[in-house]
Amino acid sequence: MNSSATVISVRELRVRRGSNLVLPGLSMDVRGGMVTGLLGPNGSGKTTLMRAIVGVQVVESGSVTVLGLPAGTAELRRRVGYVTQAPSVYVDLSVRENLRYFGRVTAAPAHRVDQTIATVGLEGQADQVVRTLSGGERSRVSLATALLAQPEVLVLDEPTVGLDPVLRRDLWRTFHELAAGGTTLLVSTHVMDEADRCDDLVLLRDGRVVASGAPPELRARTGTDDLETAFLTLAEEEAAA
Amino acid sequence: MSVAITLATTERVLRQLLRDHRTLGLVLVVPPVLLTLFRYVLDGQPEAFDRIGGPLVGLFPFISMFLVTSIAMLRERTTGTLERLMSMPIGKLDLLLGYGLAFAAVAAVQASLAAIVAFGLLGLDTAGSVGLVVVIAIMNALLGMALGLFLSAFATTEFQAVQFMPAVVLPQILLAGLIVPRERMAEALEWASAAMPLTYAYDALAQVTTTGELDSVDGAVIVGSIVLALALGAATLRRRTP
Repeated sequence: MNSSATVISVRELRVRRGSNLVLPGLSMDVRGGMVTGLLGPNGSGKTTLMRAIVGVQVVESGSVTVLGLPAGTAELRRRVGYVTQAPSVYVDLSVRENLRYFGRVTAAPAHRVDQTIATVGLEGQADQVVRTLSGGERSRVSLATALLAQPEVLVLDEPTVGLDPVLRRDLWRTFHELAAGGTTLLVSTHVMDEADRCDDLVLLRDGRVVASGAPPELRARTGTDDLETAFLTLAEEEAAA
Repeated sequence: MSVAITLATTERVLRQLLRDHRTLGLVLVVPPVLLTLFRYVLDGQPEAFDRIGGPLVGLFPFISMFLVTSIAMLRERTTGTLERLMSMPIGKLDLLLGYGLAFAAVAAVQASLAAIVAFGLLGLDTAGSVGLVVVIAIMNALLGMALGLFLSAFATTEFQAVQFMPAVVLPQILLAGLIVPRERMAEALEWASAAMPLTYAYDALAQVTTTGELDSVDGAVIVGSIVLALALGAATLRRRTP
């Protein structure tokens, strides 16, 4: 895959949830073979945007294209992996049983189950029922189900919330290894130090893109050293404009 | 649709049920216990037990699977597993048939146990074969499953889902003819009962146990109701949600 090609393209996306206009007309691009961070406070529209990209969100207007196909197309369900913010796995099944089921649904080779369990560091809990796992362990099971079939695009909604720092570092290393292998990752976060680990960033506020670019570029543009200040500066510029 | 995914779903649903020993125990043990209770409550009216005992064997799976499915589907919706599945290459039919096969298997065991107790130990007689009663019981289980699946879309909590049982199932049982023959009801209720699927399920069971024959109209209405309820249920499984 051409790593600089646009893999996800969002144009004038308008989404209403209830009476809330969550995305008033958002446009952005995600390039292939890298980790793009979707950064913004709670309620900025990150989850809604991700849901639209994986095709599970009812949209009012605008277009979302993934790998050249309209989002939600049947073929994309094989090529795009999605991890919701709350762990969505069967709590009454063991880790391995969950992965075996989702693996069969996504036609992942059987050996991927144990491989993926190792990737998320759950070898010791493989036969434990998910209900008995901690919150962090559950989100790792959820993440593992999306990694199983090695999709070309991974959309991860705050995948590292509540994980210990060592594990978080390891998972980010995994994300970069996947990206190096050609996978396109879109990862949402509201933690600034995670933003720094992304190759590319999209800053979201009130359903609008405040700024986008690589972390060093954003820092240079705002003349600050840390991303938190850069984000604040950009948000204020946007508000003043 | 994919056979592999359907069977994977059946296996997954069965694993979940098998792990929940208490639910499984209740599903299997409660019908024989209730039948025994009926037998001795109606100790002085054996003809009344003869009339309702047989049909009850085939009606329990409807009630059990209605409840189990509405809660199971509600959980799939509220825990996000349904949203995840809908973003994966699984057909709605795979999911529905996967559930259907799993619950049909459980219903077969449930109805067989109830039949052994009713026809073997409690002295109930049936003019038709016990096998036919079990087959109708499995059809009723599928009907209950399909209705539970459809109605689960209208519940946002498990409390609500459980209340659908008295709201949707009890009136059907009251009107089906099990307790009072339909022709003795107020005319409006007799007409209302004609529009309820459980009426035909009861009638099919009553016919099999008394005459030995499966009424073809009853059979057709039950199958039609299953298909209709499954189609309605499928319509509530949305790939995209607001």
